[in-house]
Amino acid sequence: MSNSDILKIGCKEFKNRLFTGTGKFASLELISKMLEVSQSEMITVALRRVDKSSSAGNVLDYIPDGVQLLPNTSGARTAEEAVRIARIAREAGCGDFVKIEVIKDQKWLMPDNEETLKATRILAKEGFIVLPYVSPDITLARKLEDAGAAAVMPLGSPIGSHQGLQTASLIKMLIETCQLPIIVDAGIGRPSHAAAAMEMGADAVLVNTAISASADPAEIGLAFKKAVEAGRSAYLIEMGEKQEYASASSPLTGFLYND
Amino acid sequence: MEITINGKTENINFTTIKEIVESKKLDKSGLVIEHNGTIIKKKNWSEYELQDGDKLELLSFVGGG
Repeated sequence: MSNSDILKIGCKEFKNRLFTGTGKFASLELISKMLEVSQSEMITVALRRVDKSSSAGNVLDYIPDGVQLLPNTSGARTAEEAVRIARIAREAGCGDFVKIEVIKDQKWLMPDNEETLKATRILAKEGFIVLPYVSPDITLARKLEDAGAAAVMPLGSPIGSHQGLQTASLIKMLIETCQLPIIVDAGIGRPSHAAAAMEMGADAVLVNTAISASADPAEIGLAFKKAVEAGRSAYLIEMGEKQEYASASSPLTGFLYND
Repeated sequence: MEITINGKTENINFTTIKEIVESKKLDKSGLVIEHNGTIIKKKNWSEYELQDGDKLELLSFVGGG
């Protein structure tokens, strides 16, 4: 894609529409390698209590300076808890971006849309660049827009499930009606899912488990980068419509036989 | 004195955050500390005198999606 196809979220511009996550990597070094190869420009991190030293190291040390940190509020079960995590993350030097993740359901990890909206209202007023992770819903999206969200992050399918775009028709509705960038996040299991999301008109995708749980996160990260670019080109450039009947691609004259 | 650390009540003999961190042998790089709801920067860990009933959160950023 040309350098002019920039995605603007808040005050930041992104050339690469593949966002990634740091969860479930077998080692922190793999995160660095994946970022180097995929050139992803924004990556999520989580905040947790620590009661003993980890020999693994500090995840932030494996994220290069130019990559935007996107702390998530995972662990929060209410808007209040999400707001607290966001404030701590910012105070700790993570910057203004925050992914709001408010989840009570432990089976499918479905987000609590109502609490997410509440947290968005509070944090947007405090100057955060809010990326809310939600179940796709156009009425909610309108409210998130009014609340000051910087984007909407609809799930494709449950986190870590690799099921792809189970919510495709709902995501299409969001793409058609919502003015904010739409970043499909959760459940993307294959590069083809990412390409499909981009081809549909999503502005970006966020992929974590499909990359980190693969046998070679760097190579798969690269595969996702290419898939995102492919899908984006297919979305931007006019292509032929689906037809019921065949339309010959070789000339219908000059055949090497007589009728 | 009794303070709450990461949600659990603990009896401690120390008076500063720095001493608690060292006693728990925590890796200081990447450690984020909240004392009674306020983040305390590393350079100030020796300054704050803890009081009975204080709440400490010892946090760090980890991998997450």
